[in-house]
Amino acid sequence: MEAGKNLSYYRELISKLPKKIRILVAKPGLDAHDRGVHVLLRAFRDVGMEVVYSGILATVDEIVQTAIDEDVDVIALSSMNGAHMVHFPAVINKLKEKGASDIVVVGGGIIPEEDKPKLEAIGVTGNFGPGTSLAIIIEHILNRVIKERLKIY
Amino acid sequence: MQVKEEKKDISNSDFWKNKIKEKIEKRKTISQLYNKEELERLHVEEINWYENVYKPWIKNSPELKSKFETASGIEIKPIYTPWDVKHIDYLKDIGFPGSFPFTRGIYPSMYRGKLWTIREFSGFGTPEDTNKRLKFLLEHGETGLSIAFDMPTLYGYDADSPRALGEVGKMGVSVSSLKDMEILFKGIPMDQITTSMTINAPAVVIFAMYIVAAEKQGVPMEKLSGTIQNDILKEYIAQKEWAYPPEIHLRIIKDIMEFCTKHMPKWNYISVSGYHIREAGSSAIQELAFTLMDGFTYMDLGISAGLDPNVFATRISFFFNSTMDFFEEIAKFRAARRIWSEVLREKYKVTNPRALWLRFHTQTSGASLTWQQPLNNLIRTAIEALAAVLGGTQSLHTNAYDEALSLPKEDAALLAVRTQQIIAHETNVASTIDPLAGSYYIEWLTDKLEEEAYKYFDKIEELGGMVEAIKKGFPQKEIIENAYRQALKVENKESIIVGVNEYVDKTEKILNIFKTYPEVEKIQKESLAELKKTRNNEKVKKALEEVRKAFEDPSINIVYPILKAVKVYATLQEIMDIGRELYGGWKEPELL
Repeated sequence: MEAGKNLSYYRELISKLPKKIRILVAKPGLDAHDRGVHVLLRAFRDVGMEVVYSGILATVDEIVQTAIDEDVDVIALSSMNGAHMVHFPAVINKLKEKGASDIVVVGGGIIPEEDKPKLEAIGVTGNFGPGTSLAIIIEHILNRVIKERLKIY
Repeated sequence: MQVKEEKKDISNSDFWKNKIKEKIEKRKTISQLYNKEELERLHVEEINWYENVYKPWIKNSPELKSKFETASGIEIKPIYTPWDVKHIDYLKDIGFPGSFPFTRGIYPSMYRGKLWTIREFSGFGTPEDTNKRLKFLLEHGETGLSIAFDMPTLYGYDADSPRALGEVGKMGVSVSSLKDMEILFKGIPMDQITTSMTINAPAVVIFAMYIVAAEKQGVPMEKLSGTIQNDILKEYIAQKEWAYPPEIHLRIIKDIMEFCTKHMPKWNYISVSGYHIREAGSSAIQELAFTLMDGFTYMDLGISAGLDPNVFATRISFFFNSTMDFFEEIAKFRAARRIWSEVLREKYKVTNPRALWLRFHTQTSGASLTWQQPLNNLIRTAIEALAAVLGGTQSLHTNAYDEALSLPKEDAALLAVRTQQIIAHETNVASTIDPLAGSYYIEWLTDKLEEEAYKYFDKIEELGGMVEAIKKGFPQKEIIENAYRQALKVENKESIIVGVNEYVDKTEKILNIFKTYPEVEKIQKESLAELKKTRNNEKVKKALEEVRKAFEDPSINIVYPILKAVKVYATLQEIMDIGRELYGGWKEPELL
């Protein structure tokens, strides 16, 4: 965690934003490793975001449809079993197809270093590994949402 | 199979309440082993020590934390003395190895007679790839096999399914048909090794493929020895790899229990697993309680099938996690053995001593490993492995140091085996049985974990049993809440993970990792297409109709038609889809 920034710091900051941040946490593919997403769901909720969860075994179509229906600002994708290079780009393409490319997409899970630039190039940022500080993840999401969705700064 | 003449009173929900009361009352007593006067004098001295020595000392040099606790959140005192274990009746509560209640181990001579089995979970890519890795491990002293299947296989999808896209051969070996199983065991004598297969939702199909592959090697099923995990309850609780609603899976498990009781006396048909419960974020107490409650649920299932618990309970084995709270883990293993044997004897009226044994496999914790400074994982794994050995495990998997990043490279997998060999041969810990017995702390903690587990049993019973509790999301939410608590502790540095939130090396380079090659999916798809062209599709169709009939009619044991279907090379998904069509899948309860 960054010095001086704990979850209550972000709670305070988020409470001052002009709009509630809505986030979809999603697990595409046949990936049952859901410990991390449940921890994140609780952390996001605790700092004042509105959370939606795809459940495990979500298809790319389901994820994108849920994101649109629920009018989320962010999709946080999790992949723990090496299928991120299949599913993450598929989500990006589907969003484009549906005209919803303004939704911020971040990723996380077991993602090898060499895949990270490839994912960033298509707009999936973060790509944090297990054990990453919750504060770092929240900070990253906030930075993108504030810049791209709320356009405050 | 023996049919019981009368139905046992197993629905008595007061059983757990009475046990809790019994345990709490007992804590107030003093064992006959102690001289009461001397013990009370000791207690007075202990209080004096706290007041006159300890407290002034920590006033001058404060302790590192305001509160010390186990990973499960049990408060740890600075010292434990005979006063903490004064109620323990050695013969009744601890006993001798190989004797009730088996706290010290299930075998009279434990590792003096036979070391634990080194059983490394292994599988990736094509069946050819894994076959090669299995032979490599056997050549280097592994003594039993353990197969990891890929995600499509675990969910009952073939390699050519659209749902399998990007996942074929990634996290384990891809097995879609008997053909794959035959390749997997090519040149491995199936009558001489024991094989453990981590397979649950589609366990019956993979099990059938194993039986037929052995038959083709000339080994009859009666001679096969090994384990299928086949523990669907923990899938709903933690691992989350299911295909159907719970009732359908439980019916299939019941059929497997009947089948094995008749035909496969050496086969462990359920490995009741706490491993995944722990990896999903549970505490040691929750792992212990939910796993054993799952075990009791399978006891009920066997009894409802008319099987004799004195017979079928001998084939139920367990699978636990070993993670970093060293003493709590050891106490957990000891408590598990005691609870299982006590409950089987008292609630299920089991008299066969072998049926009272809690035999278990252990895997060191994957979740305790870090991708940061991965060589640190060697040390973590060694400590966890030592806890498992001191806890009396029957077999052990040690993780490789690179497994937070990927499946293990060959040299990392070999080091994991070496870790066990060093513990076995160099440390001398295997020379005496349960050497930590009698430690005031270990015995106190064993008792404490036992008591907490009983509280969970009672709670789950009140919710209507484990299946109902699962439908309500109770164990799932308990685990998630604990995982979140743990994550917050790491976030706030109340828990230190070396290299993660302390002693961070900012210059470190990411390790070179093992990668499965991308062609696996293509190879497996082509192999499957070839199979579907060359097999007798008329026979497959007929065999699948028989499977459908058995799905629809629970009076038909489904194992037999599935054996016939895999023999004519019906695929995993062709068989599993029948159940999906008939019963649909399973939607988790809301867990937020």
